[in-house]
Amino acid sequence: MIDEPWRHRREFDRFDWSFCAIILALSAIGVLTIYSVTAEQAGTQFPLYLKQAIWIGVGALAFLAVSRIDYHKVARWSFLLYGFALLLLVVVLFGGKASHGAQRWIALGPLAFQPAEFVKIPLLLVLAVYYATQNRRGWWYRVIVPALITVPGFFLILKQPDLGSSLSFLSIYVTLLLVVGVKSKAFGVVLLSALMLFPFAWSELWGSLHDYQKERILSFVNPDYDPAGRGYQGMQSRIAVGSGQLIGKGFHSGTQTQFKFLPEGHTDFIFAVLAEEWGFLGGVLFISLFLALLLMGLEIAAKAKDSLGALLAIGFVGMLTFNMVVNVGMTIGLAPIVGIPLPLLSYGGSATIMTMAGLGLLFGVKRERLKLSP
Amino acid sequence: MKPDIPDPGLQSTGLADIQGRLLLIRVVVLIIVGLLAVRLWQLQVRDGAYYRNLSHDNRTRSVVLHPVRGFIYDRNGILLANRVPSFNLYVQLGDVPDREALIGKLVTLLSLDRSELTKTMDTHVRGTPVRLKKGVSLKEAAIVESHRLDLPGVVIRPEFQRNNPEGGYAAHVLGYVGVASEEQLTREAFQGLPAGSVIGQYGVERIYERTLRGHAGRKLIEVDALGHEKRMISVDKPQVGNDVYLTIDFRLQKLAEDLLGEEAGAIVALDPQTGDILALASRPSFDPNALSRGLRADVWNDILQDERHPLTNRAIQGQYPPGSTFKIIMATAALETNAVGPTDTLDCGGRFRLGDRTFRDWKKYGHGNVDLHHAIADSCDVYFYRLGHRMGIETIAAYAKQFGLGARTGIDLPAEGTGLVPSREWKRQARGEPWYPGETVSVSIGQGYVTVTPLQMAKVIGMIGNNGIAFQPHVLRGVRGRRGEWIDEWSPTQAVPLTLPVHQLEVIQAALAAVVTEGTARQARSSVVPLAGKTGTAQVVSLRSESQEETPKRFRDHAWFVAYAPFEQPGIAVAVLVEHMGHGGSAAAPLAKELIEAYVSYGVDDKERTQVSLTRPSDKVMQQEPRRD
Repeated sequence: MIDEPWRHRREFDRFDWSFCAIILALSAIGVLTIYSVTAEQAGTQFPLYLKQAIWIGVGALAFLAVSRIDYHKVARWSFLLYGFALLLLVVVLFGGKASHGAQRWIALGPLAFQPAEFVKIPLLLVLAVYYATQNRRGWWYRVIVPALITVPGFFLILKQPDLGSSLSFLSIYVTLLLVVGVKSKAFGVVLLSALMLFPFAWSELWGSLHDYQKERILSFVNPDYDPAGRGYQGMQSRIAVGSGQLIGKGFHSGTQTQFKFLPEGHTDFIFAVLAEEWGFLGGVLFISLFLALLLMGLEIAAKAKDSLGALLAIGFVGMLTFNMVVNVGMTIGLAPIVGIPLPLLSYGGSATIMTMAGLGLLFGVKRERLKLSP
Repeated sequence: MKPDIPDPGLQSTGLADIQGRLLLIRVVVLIIVGLLAVRLWQLQVRDGAYYRNLSHDNRTRSVVLHPVRGFIYDRNGILLANRVPSFNLYVQLGDVPDREALIGKLVTLLSLDRSELTKTMDTHVRGTPVRLKKGVSLKEAAIVESHRLDLPGVVIRPEFQRNNPEGGYAAHVLGYVGVASEEQLTREAFQGLPAGSVIGQYGVERIYERTLRGHAGRKLIEVDALGHEKRMISVDKPQVGNDVYLTIDFRLQKLAEDLLGEEAGAIVALDPQTGDILALASRPSFDPNALSRGLRADVWNDILQDERHPLTNRAIQGQYPPGSTFKIIMATAALETNAVGPTDTLDCGGRFRLGDRTFRDWKKYGHGNVDLHHAIADSCDVYFYRLGHRMGIETIAAYAKQFGLGARTGIDLPAEGTGLVPSREWKRQARGEPWYPGETVSVSIGQGYVTVTPLQMAKVIGMIGNNGIAFQPHVLRGVRGRRGEWIDEWSPTQAVPLTLPVHQLEVIQAALAAVVTEGTARQARSSVVPLAGKTGTAQVVSLRSESQEETPKRFRDHAWFVAYAPFEQPGIAVAVLVEHMGHGGSAAAPLAKELIEAYVSYGVDDKERTQVSLTRPSDKVMQQEPRRD
């Protein structure tokens, strides 16, 4: 198998153009929104929106690099990659940098990164390889073994604690499980047993959460209970979104954002800022762009050369969907506030690079299809 | 580790199976994302206006601008109450995401009391800023400002604080101010008053609250999530309160309080020609500045539970047996009802028997044969026992009431006491018992059930000196606006005069002059001004021990002295009461004398000069306009 990049340059068709254009458009929306939130923030030597632009640049390099590597080659190293990522998670647990009561970072000189983000793609590779090779065997091999592969990463992230990332991580497994792990009949059985097992898992799960995480989930149940306390973020976020009305308050004019009623406007609640300043039209534009990206990802899966490619594409799209839906959902009161960044928009180097690399993987799956089989 | 990459050929079924499910996956993604869009439509389009309002309420805040309180001056323009700037620490609880954390920070940064902070925050009026501390120092203010971001909702506001530059003098007259309680805000008088308003809680501050207060303004501002002002939207400026001028002559007031010193008691000095209160002293006193600043709960409780009752204005609230000063009323009643003639004499053998009871004179072996003049001058008890027995309680009560006893004088100060004029009717209603003749005898020398306030007695003695005419006592002289214009002036209101003809009143006046020249109050004799007066000794307990010195102080008699001067044309009437100091002649009369001499030394024409000194440059124009009164 000889990689011949020149052959594919001609094949950079309309689909590819739109795919990249959407990614760039979403990234640009992110930078612009971060600018709106943090333009007047004092005390940062280097503006956050520029930092984010740099992360996107780095992410773009990762995109190009990953998309040019044959995913079959990467897949060979998947278990090694996953093992290394898990090791990083262990390192973070013992020697990580703490902030806001959670230990999520590994410092590398002036930079710090979140291993929780970088363990997602290795897991995707491992599970995709597993399902691609372990096709059509009993439920033990379909459900339990992949779960056992996922569990160490899940708990290591949850332990940091980072509820959002751990759920996002889990979403990869769940997506692949639903797509290939279960037969249609078994589908219901698994869902049912998962629901039945839930009360048993609940106390363990609940007990491992920090108080503020419990409160966030409680506030989801009854957000109006205490506007100044538990439900504060969700409430302010909904006010921000709702008050944007049809056409928004205008760039840099969202009062909820600018007067700091909305917390974390450049990270977890960036969608609320967007919706406040650009209104329903802006919100729908964003959702449409993102939906287009997701559907294009599924289109790539549909035309993938082999199951490994299809599974990689579906798994990544599944996680992307989960992150987007939960993030947007929590800003509009449809999901508990669990701290998942909005892919491509939220400020953050690790998440941005991870997302870009994943999109590169997706792009690679599409590219690989055009190659002739060896 | 090198996993098996399956042969694509073997996989074709797997791939087809996966791709077969893609349609379902697409549908699921579309539905979920569609749900987001629908929810977005609900929030932004359907309920958008509602959330727009919420976001508006979030950031706009109406701030009450408290008005500057009017000043208080004495009759000569001496400043008695003004204001000083003070920095106060407030918190807007709506802007505090975590109250416990904030309290913790305030405790560490400003060393405030944790439990008190919790209590203040719990008991606040909803939606209004809570004042956490008054009179923050510059250092504390700097700490708060430098920790702005750690202290969401906390602001320091420069405000004005009531201040009495003369310190503790005239405390009971001026009173103090304080933040209106929730209960007070519900009263009709304070309807529409913004929460957190400072109102008069005592004295003139309370009675002339409306005059002094002015009108609150409002400012509409935009704030950020930490409650810090970002922009002002509109402002409705507060209106300054008007200034109150009192009839009090601060020099006399100060002297009166200094004369009482550490003793409990009261001195009232008024102008019998107008009813102007010149001095109204009550001891022990309190520090109105401390009370206006606000006290810690325990300090406040200490004041409330102080056995000496410093908050009681004894001059108008203290109700004491009048003792022998009551003989003035007895004499008036007797002359008018012809119970005795001016020259008739009665024998005083030192005791008066009624049934099996014996009423003693203060002079063990009696005064011998005395007429009214000498009976007053020497304060003969037996003479008045006999008169009282002759006239009966109803006649005594009628004349006491003519002098205004048993009723409020109507002075413009809060919570005036009435005193008590007993009668048969009263006894039956209050005690359910008939009136005994012996009780009339006690009342005849101002003991028994009869009680009076020092203010009432000042009015009584002024009435005698002023030939039976009295004016309603008052402390307000007038009200001036900020530009110095007179808005209101007190016009004297005459009270019901005595019915006793003037020539008979002159008999009593002469006797009262003799009290000072040759009678029981020779210690009050003045070389400066002729004065007339009457001593009194009010029994606290009826057991009369041989020596007052052996009695514990709290059971000792109260000393009274009432007087007016100058004799011919009285300009001042004084009532002095010193608690537990024994004889009026020795304990009270010298104080009255000193006060009266001071009054005379200030000059009778003082009132004329006052008018000039009160004129500010800005009222020259106003002066030409006719006075309205």
